[in-house]
Amino acid sequence: MTQTAKPETGAFSPRDLDHQPPAFTPGYKTSILRSPQRNLVSFENTVSEITGPTFGHQMLGELDNDLILNYAAPGESAIGERLIVHGRVLDEQGRPVPNVLVEFWQANAGGRYRHKKDAYLAALDPNFGGCGRTISAEDGSYNFRTVKPGPYPWPNGANDWRPAHIHFSVFGHGFAQRLITQMYFEGDPHIALCPIVQTIPDETAIDALVARLDMDNTIPMDIRAYRFDIVLRGRRSTLFENRLEGN
Amino acid sequence: MSAEYLKESASQTAGPYVHIGCVPSFAGLTGMYGGNDLGDTMITGDVKGERITIEGYVFDGSGAPAKDALLEIWQADAAGLYNAPTETRGQADPNFTGWGRQPTDGDTGRYRFETIKPGAVPYPGGQMQAPHCVVWIVARGINLGLNTRIYFDDEADANASDPVLNKVELSARRDTLVAKKSGNTYTFNIHLQGEHETVFFDI
Ligand SMILES: [Fe+3]
Repeated sequence: MTQTAKPETGAFSPRDLDHQPPAFTPGYKTSILRSPQRNLVSFENTVSEITGPTFGHQMLGELDNDLILNYAAPGESAIGERLIVHGRVLDEQGRPVPNVLVEFWQANAGGRYRHKKDAYLAALDPNFGGCGRTISAEDGSYNFRTVKPGPYPWPNGANDWRPAHIHFSVFGHGFAQRLITQMYFEGDPHIALCPIVQTIPDETAIDALVARLDMDNTIPMDIRAYRFDIVLRGRRSTLFENRLEGN
Repeated sequence: MSAEYLKESASQTAGPYVHIGCVPSFAGLTGMYGGNDLGDTMITGDVKGERITIEGYVFDGSGAPAKDALLEIWQADAAGLYNAPTETRGQADPNFTGWGRQPTDGDTGRYRFETIKPGAVPYPGGQMQAPHCVVWIVARGINLGLNTRIYFDDEADANASDPVLNKVELSARRDTLVAKKSGNTYTFNIHLQGEHETVFFDI
């Protein structure tokens, strides 16, 4: 097969909506008034969907991917279980997606967000802001340091608690790949109880959002590692075009 | 290559605190990232084209404005070129990023983009599309980011022949995709649900 140096510019494979949460999920009450009721209108990808913004590694600050230190006073650090979160950004063909911006945010170790609308009883940690970002490497890998977020209660049912989670915002190379999701932690009993997790109809899709403890990348006497891979939509096969070019 | 395909990661709501991660200065974390929220500035220099403001609200099914939503837009420059490595038709205006990100205001619910009027870009097959911005909306209560488009009401002829607008079978619903001009400001309100529900796309 002919290899070309041109960036891939093909259309994306259709989104598998059976693998995604539907808009209307009454167990998650806020979705009731915020869910479109009419059918989505489909059309083939145009240059507007195939292209997307890209970001250079030079925009990153030294501590952007270190939530233990990036809001802490000099010489101090965030309170909580020290973690490395790492993994790869892949496409549906299993290929690395390099050079894409990955942003993450989370509650502190007590389950409290640094946000004026969060009034949970748990204390703020003066040394923890709760946001970070990085850009995937050539092999699609990314990593950051943080503390394990605490579970927190939220107004939905009478006694709903979110599992410990980290929010992720991921860019691809095309605007149609734009994705926001959440990462959970292996073994958390709240996963099965959470109305937001359970908006996802497919158990394997839920399982793919659960990070695994990774002892191989845990640094002894320092910090444990969790592994979480993110899969973005892939481009349609261009085998036919390649064969034409090879002829 | 393996015939085994992976599935796209499932989406989860951005939640009420999306600002911490995506617009931290807006969330009050003013020391992060040099105090700049990514996507706040689309015009980075002496840009070509007509400067415009796009503003509006995101309404829920009860008609209340969502005060915790986040919008992103992606658009061509004045010549119809995207500022992206995957743009193969030419070099876009270096003074225009093409990508903007803005929250709705926590008190009023209004959003606002300072941008330029995009040029026309082609549809597969070569027909031209009317000038437009693509839009992605996330918020608490939205499980999978919503995709829509902003067209412009002073482009009536181009809109009438736009292949995407013409995918919308009910012509009355096409109006939900057309921003209304007054001076240099276009108003584009998004209705998540209800009688005036905006057309959302599966792209
Ligand atoms: Fe959360």
